[in-house]
Amino acid sequence: MMVSGIEVDLTKKELALVKKRLSRDPSPVEAGMIDIMWSEHCSYKTSRPVLKQLPTEGKRVVLGPGFDAGVVDVGDNQCIAFKIESHNHPSAIEPYSGAATGVGGIIRDVLAVGATPIAVLDSLCFGRLDSEHSQWLMNYVVKGIADYGNCVGIPTVAGDTNFDRGFETNCIVNAACVGLVAKDQLILGKARDAGDLLVLVGSLTGRDGIHGVTFASKNLSEKSEGERPAVQIPDPFTKKLIVDATLELLPSGKVKALKDFGGGGLTCCASEMAFKGGKGAKINASAVPLREKDMTAMEIMLSESQERMLYSCAPKDLKHLTNVFDKYGLTHAVIGSFTDEPQFVIEFEGRVVAEIPVDLLTDVPTISMPVKVPEYVKTLAKQKRPPVPENLNHVFMNMLRSDNLASKRWVYQQYDHEVQARTVLKAGDTDAAVLRLTEKKGLALKTDCVYRLSYLDPYSGGAESVLECARNLAAVGAVPVGMVDNLNFGNPNDPAVFWQFSESVRGIADACKMLQIPCVGGNVSFYNEDDRTKEAIKPAPVILLVGVVEDMARITEMRFRNTEDSIVIIGETAPELGGSEYAHSILKWEGGKAPSVDLDREKRTLSIILEANKLRLISSCHDVSSGGFGLALAEMCIRSNMGAEVQLDRLPSKGKLQADEIMFAETPGRFLVASREPQKLLNLAKSRNVKAEIIGKPVLEKRFVLFDSESSRKRVVDCAVTAMRDEFERRIPGCMK
Amino acid sequence: MKIAVLRFPAANCDLDALHVLRDVIHMNAELVWHRDFKESRFDAAVLPGGFSYGDHLRGGVISAFSPALKEVKRMAKDGRPVLGICNGFQTLTEAGLLPGALLRNQSLKFVCKWVQLKVTTIRTSFTRKFVRGDVFQVPIAHGEGNYFIPPEQLKELEDNEQIVFKYSDFKGNETPESNPNGSFDNIAGVCSPEGNVVGLMPHPERASERILNPFNNEKARLVFESMKEVLVR
Repeated sequence: MMVSGIEVDLTKKELALVKKRLSRDPSPVEAGMIDIMWSEHCSYKTSRPVLKQLPTEGKRVVLGPGFDAGVVDVGDNQCIAFKIESHNHPSAIEPYSGAATGVGGIIRDVLAVGATPIAVLDSLCFGRLDSEHSQWLMNYVVKGIADYGNCVGIPTVAGDTNFDRGFETNCIVNAACVGLVAKDQLILGKARDAGDLLVLVGSLTGRDGIHGVTFASKNLSEKSEGERPAVQIPDPFTKKLIVDATLELLPSGKVKALKDFGGGGLTCCASEMAFKGGKGAKINASAVPLREKDMTAMEIMLSESQERMLYSCAPKDLKHLTNVFDKYGLTHAVIGSFTDEPQFVIEFEGRVVAEIPVDLLTDVPTISMPVKVPEYVKTLAKQKRPPVPENLNHVFMNMLRSDNLASKRWVYQQYDHEVQARTVLKAGDTDAAVLRLTEKKGLALKTDCVYRLSYLDPYSGGAESVLECARNLAAVGAVPVGMVDNLNFGNPNDPAVFWQFSESVRGIADACKMLQIPCVGGNVSFYNEDDRTKEAIKPAPVILLVGVVEDMARITEMRFRNTEDSIVIIGETAPELGGSEYAHSILKWEGGKAPSVDLDREKRTLSIILEANKLRLISSCHDVSSGGFGLALAEMCIRSNMGAEVQLDRLPSKGKLQADEIMFAETPGRFLVASREPQKLLNLAKSRNVKAEIIGKPVLEKRFVLFDSESSRKRVVDCAVTAMRDEFERRIPGCMK
Repeated sequence: MKIAVLRFPAANCDLDALHVLRDVIHMNAELVWHRDFKESRFDAAVLPGGFSYGDHLRGGVISAFSPALKEVKRMAKDGRPVLGICNGFQTLTEAGLLPGALLRNQSLKFVCKWVQLKVTTIRTSFTRKFVRGDVFQVPIAHGEGNYFIPPEQLKELEDNEQIVFKYSDFKGNETPESNPNGSFDNIAGVCSPEGNVVGLMPHPERASERILNPFNNEKARLVFESMKEVLVR
């Protein structure tokens, strides 16, 4: 609708509220600012009531949701700051800049709490890999992330890459950053005293990115191609200078508040700082250094030009700040100050062009959305499974080269994952990355996105996203200390989508509560749908879990170490193929019953692994997830260049299972462990009331053999490990030529 | 004894090099902002990796023209050890302190992975503690690491023993498969005729501690230990 000559995305009710607060019509600049601040992207007006379910407290939590980054205390005066954010729409139309600025934005968030950024992670979903459009998107998304992170000198250490036709035109690009900060060096994006100056530092402000948030708060369409100017331009070189200048300045204590420019530009940045401190702000838009001539006050206030930060300091300390900015050759300008009266006042060319209460921008009324269980949920759950394929050897090799299971080396090899000399467990070869924090202590990181299961059952999918991360961390010997989530969904105005969203958050919340993992921040990305079919993406809840390895001497990896070990499976396999990689890539079947999640058993299972780690019962460990038991074991062989002999009938199962169910079902709560003292491990599992069995052993001969039973010794699968590795490694490079 | 670790804008491996020099081999090292660098205060210099000046134009070319490099040239001339790692190597070739040039990787992609490196001469300030023919593991991380030299100049490099490191397999064979970027003759690092200036694309500072090294050794540390031996002799 049009308000004061400006096109805004408000409902009638919302506009009435605004007019009532102001007792007048908003001015054009005010209308523009309200429009972006009331967008879903900035205000979380529809998602906030649902997100309240997430547990946000814990004894390690220093900063929870609502700040630039969440912060947890990991001891030794060290805190970890981390945040995740989506850049789906910009990446879908301009993959290189879209993905690069996604990384840039999230680095600033972590820097804004005073932390040194030490790691980037990425969670990506594309359409099918054999589509040229997906290849184009993936090529440039990965290059965008690589060029940005590599230049700024922050290692991209872990992530996940997924493929499903639902993401064909609306890819998912979520980037996370993790930072390290001494507890006494934390800084907040919160106004402290009236009269403190606001100093804008970094790139010049241009017309790029204007209305980036409103662009993110609607569906992509054919017209979106014309919205390329809403995508910002990355400049990692300037970013690196901003990082270095900020880290040089912070120990002086002269920076009183700090915030990054993200979605909503100067409007969002300055108003949120003022609001958090219970202050107002007076901004002189004419003082903002511009890249382009004749920009209007509205454009200046809404521009989302990258590589800008807002510092606040006492007037007497200004010189100290500007000396450092000058050293690094960074542009800077005093653009305003905080005021006692909580008003947001914008001056431009000597005139007041906006004057509204700060909370009218930042304290947006929530909307309660209707929900409805979509029809497909029941239909798919009732479907009967297709028959078992005949040649499981053949199936097995095809699984190894399926898009989702194949090695992602093509991706992570383009990322510098070693810079900063902290990376102990490297990308790709392990369940989670581990970074060195002290000589003894490590930080474990992993993202996961469970979208296929989420489609069948968003509650289980949400929970499983958390659980899979937790298993990844446990597999390397880490205890979770906090998480952030990035919830990628379709159009929230569709009650079916909002049901998916609500159920997913409920699942995440329940899993976090059970495992006592606080959620310290996150991001919601709605309006993700295929612009041709108008179908919403499969629900894609991305979790970043952060954990601590107390003693890095006890880190465990998936590769086998010696043939004296026995292979033990912990957890029971159920005949649930719904949502599995096998159902998708081999059976071409979207239906079936989703695996059920048993949170209490999951907690006990995780405790077995962590206890066994302490007792040093584990030689190698790998969680069972995508591709089921078969693929988990295959990865252990490929990574160690050793073979394995296993009997399928020894796997503990729920009821009578078909051979493909045993091999490929993705029942949660399972691990493969190689142990020299398997009996102790079995006893430990028994004491926690979790099923576990010795199923075979690693062997030097590089053959992967699955026997059906001890008596018949029929080889259900028998392949050479080198041939398996070839299938596993060649798929993605082959497609990306 | 003092070693300068030069800090150019966006040289992002500066702190890693400093860490190894100070905390791992226990030398007196100082991070120096490029504009403040005066050679007279230092006995050796390390030009770390990264993306100095954002790799604008091409890697290392802008820093090669900075006043700091004039200082580095004076150090090189009077025989003090100078090490260029990755972007530092690019800078040293651009500045004419080392022969050859670093082109874009043959794959046209940035590549980060662990490689095997063979030591082909131990006469330099950074390899004297190795044994000739030693093979050790070290990560690379670069987009422009494809070493090039006109074929007619190769013989001169060989005759002068200026080739210091070569990409090889575990046994020291210089195979095409072990060459990660298309470098001419598998060359990974070279030195000045006198052997006091060395540049290499791989990152020994990321492989000098056992905990970071997936091959569970710390042999790359000898690059820095060699310099230490030269300095404290």
